Amino acid sequence: MKARHKRFGLIAVGLILLVIATVLITKSFRSNLVFFFSPTQVEKGEAPKTGSFRIGGLVENGSLKRMPDGLHVQFKVTDTAKSIPVQYKGILPDLFKEGKGVVAEGKLNENGLFEASQVLAKHDENYMPPEAAAAIEAANAAKTKESVK
Amino acid sequence: METNTGTNRPRINWLKYASPKTFYPLAGKLIPWCAVSAAVLIAYGLYIGLLVAPTDFQQGEGYRIIFVHVPAAWFSMFLYLLMAMYAGLGLVLNARLSYMMATAIAPTGAMFTLIALVTGSLWGKPMWGAWWVWDARLTSELILLFLYIGYFSLQAAIDDKNRADKASAVLALVGAINVPIIYFSVKWWNTLHQGASVSLTQAPAMAAIMLKGMLIMAVGFWLYSIAVILMRVRCEILERDSKTAMIRQD
Repeated sequence: MKARHKRFGLIAVGLILLVIATVLITKSFRSNLVFFFSPTQVEKGEAPKTGSFRIGGLVENGSLKRMPDGLHVQFKVTDTAKSIPVQYKGILPDLFKEGKGVVAEGKLNENGLFEASQVLAKHDENYMPPEAAAAIEAANAAKTKESVK
Repeated sequence: METNTGTNRPRINWLKYASPKTFYPLAGKLIPWCAVSAAVLIAYGLYIGLLVAPTDFQQGEGYRIIFVHVPAAWFSMFLYLLMAMYAGLGLVLNARLSYMMATAIAPTGAMFTLIALVTGSLWGKPMWGAWWVWDARLTSELILLFLYIGYFSLQAAIDDKNRADKASAVLALVGAINVPIIYFSVKWWNTLHQGASVSLTQAPAMAAIMLKGMLIMAVGFWLYSIAVILMRVRCEILERDSKTAMIRQD
């Protein structure tokens, strides 16, 4: 065995140990690495009970209500299984829309209403021209019509 | 004609380019080609990205920052792996040129990391509603920047070049574990950052012309990286070997 083979072996073993250590560390910190909780997780009590945390999901269709004062908004965050009502005072990001992704930071009050201090829009990884998006939507609409028949 | 003597068989001895002495002129010849094609491709990529590609259905014109952001982020990760590979080769083979390559790659990698972070921040404010969030993708990319900075700081902090190379090579190798974490962070954890639009395993989730612009930018960034890294490695060779005969000949 030449010296360079020995060095290679040492480095390889070192790197393998490092990978194992990292996997173990990231696994044990899993809950801390989560940026937001889904409504189902909140329902199950996986989210922190006290203090603020983030919830994420889709803005439920037809749930967005703007209060007459023009500043407060209410909407529901859903993961299609469970949903949580959210109240927020402030300016919503441009991409905030019903049926689109959202992450809200705040506290759950005793009535089960999530009082958000910050609302962020979470968009998906799809990029296409508006005409293509319209065509896909039309195709989907036609498909659901077909299945209803 | 005696062809089977073995001495004049047309075989290129690639290993000879592992010596700084022969690599120096080769790098010098490659630099202008890479630099010119990088400039042309980046200009063409920006032309496609900013003028030819259509607007996006949900983000409007704002998405166009993707043509810089994504290729920069790719190269921030790729160059780190390349740097770690050269650092590892240096440790195993005790090859000086490998260490010099790793040293030369670090600043370019750090620059792409910074570009990815800054363009991402500028993009995040209008689309997400925040300049910065501490989600797994953004945080691990920030750690990458610190790793690059740590790498060349450590190298600069040790006077003995040999020891500096070895110490920083270990740092580069250990830090390489962060690259897969960055890449898969959006899959493994809930993040605000969206998943990958372009990956090796799935069909790209973007229109063909947008993808074309982004890939051209990526090739442009690659050629740019090669050009500046070779320039830097030439400086490194001159600096480190300034007392050897090779330089005195010139």
